[in-house]
Amino acid sequence: MTGWLGPQEWQAVVLSLQVSFWATLLSLPPGILTAYALARGQFRGKQLLNGLVHLPLILPPVVTGYLLLLTFGRRGLIGGWLEETFGLVLAFRWTGAVLAAAIMAFPLMVRAIRLAIEAVDPKLEEAAATLGAARLWVFVTITLPLILPGLITGAVLAFAKAMGEFGATITFVSNIPGQTQTLPSAIYTFLQIPGGEASALRLVAVSVGVAMTALLASELLARRAARRVAGG
Amino acid sequence: MSLSVDISHPFGAFNLRVAFEAPGGITALFGRSGTGKTTVVNAVAGLLQPKAGRIVLSGEVLFDADAGIRVAMHKRRLGYVFQDGRLFPHLSVHQNLTYGLRFAPSGATGPQQDEVYELLGVAALLNRRPGALSGGEKQRVAIGRALLSRPRMLLMDEPLAALDAARKEEILPYLERLRDHTDIPVLYVSHSVAEVARLATSVVVLEDGHVARAGPAEQVLSDPDMVRQLGVREAGAVLPATITRHHADGLTELAVSGGQLFLPRMDKAEGQVTRVRVLAHDVIVARGAPPVGLSALNILPAEIIALRGGTGPGVIVQMQCGSDRLLARVTRRSADALALTPGDAVHAVIKSVSIARTDIGAG
Repeated sequence: MTGWLGPQEWQAVVLSLQVSFWATLLSLPPGILTAYALARGQFRGKQLLNGLVHLPLILPPVVTGYLLLLTFGRRGLIGGWLEETFGLVLAFRWTGAVLAAAIMAFPLMVRAIRLAIEAVDPKLEEAAATLGAARLWVFVTITLPLILPGLITGAVLAFAKAMGEFGATITFVSNIPGQTQTLPSAIYTFLQIPGGEASALRLVAVSVGVAMTALLASELLARRAARRVAGG
Repeated sequence: MSLSVDISHPFGAFNLRVAFEAPGGITALFGRSGTGKTTVVNAVAGLLQPKAGRIVLSGEVLFDADAGIRVAMHKRRLGYVFQDGRLFPHLSVHQNLTYGLRFAPSGATGPQQDEVYELLGVAALLNRRPGALSGGEKQRVAIGRALLSRPRMLLMDEPLAALDAARKEEILPYLERLRDHTDIPVLYVSHSVAEVARLATSVVVLEDGHVARAGPAEQVLSDPDMVRQLGVREAGAVLPATITRHHADGLTELAVSGGQLFLPRMDKAEGQVTRVRVLAHDVIVARGAPPVGLSALNILPAEIIALRGGTGPGVIVQMQCGSDRLLARVTRRSADALALTPGDAVHAVIKSVSIARTDIGAG
């Protein structure tokens, strides 16, 4: 495959897969937590939380990227603290691309998981509690297995969104080959230089292939999980 | 092991104000729909916090509004059998049955897995999923699941209401075995007099959010004042009886405290104790000497205790018969013609078919 793709193209594909993988994995725990809070929680500021989660979906991606740069940049409030405390730099690094992709994909993931949680009959969770299960146990043994199809759907949606993320990423971490040049950034770059169309087209093909594979795999997994949950 | 409930809670149009004691055995919480039965059970289980009151199980306070005690539901150790089963769809029958076991305290005792499987006849279902079970099987698994969580008490909220008559008949013997072979007390919600008469050792009658009557099943069910709550067609007494002989002509002879009864062949060994239910509208009251020339086989001497008339043309006659009580429903015209008065010696003529109904008690 390296023979078919040029080194820069190959780099972009690998980087995008890596960024999307980590963005999906790292946003799953907070995604589940947020979805649970939105689906089942009754607290002040629930609408505010809902709005915040959905913000990246409505804002222009460039704006989200710029906000990320302001807060997570080296001189940003959180960015500065992260660098001082953990030596972790996000701006203009692939780690920053992970953060940008995760933030942009978060609303889609939360939405899918929230719908799944809302579909779980709270009566089953009550039944588990009467059998002696504390709340966390109820969640782990009843809720989580029952929302597995929704979890898979949410994760795949997030992965696909992360693969295609462009605006926030390029604003926050720029477009450095081998560092932060993800697949969409690479396609954009190749389109800017004369004779780059062939490279761009190859990346487009990879893009379509990855997206289709992910979609089919998720459909298959979700269906299998749903069958298990339905208990035939 | 006993449960003491004294709670009040806003409930629909009225205020639920319920106080009762549930001793061991099966205590039926009886009442029409909308009288607050489920609310009471949910309060006991901890699914609902009453506005005021106290709930105590064998000396342990589960809930006390004044003292601010609210034991979390997963710590109450009450096995709840819901009307709709609520089996976990993603777990096998075996995993469902043993779900509560891991949360039970290590010192907790209770029936063993094998005993429960045997008692409820679920051993053949263990590898199936709840989706592949019939309604009756699901409910048996739900009962087993509650039993195996090592509960201090079982709560059953109309566990048979969602089942058809045949499935009910399938489950009832299991519940009787549960009553007779374990010492776990049960709070059993029902609006079916037949179920209550067959299963309950004590009855708490709820009406519009308050306790109309509570006591041992035999007493409550033969109380003429309860006829309105039970429904005229369902009113009747429950008598303990011992099977004395199976006759060659297909009849079974039973001894009750006031004499003997003949029933179509019963599937029980001689010497076994059972319960029979005698519906009020199947009892005829006769004055004077024992009536002769009747086709009825079951005629018991009795003494009238009380007469209760309503607005309709019927009168309920309560009679002492041995150490038990019987109810008869007669017309006001007959009561007047015979000049029935408390203290009168009469004979209760029981149409034998009435006692042979399949919903009469056994156990």
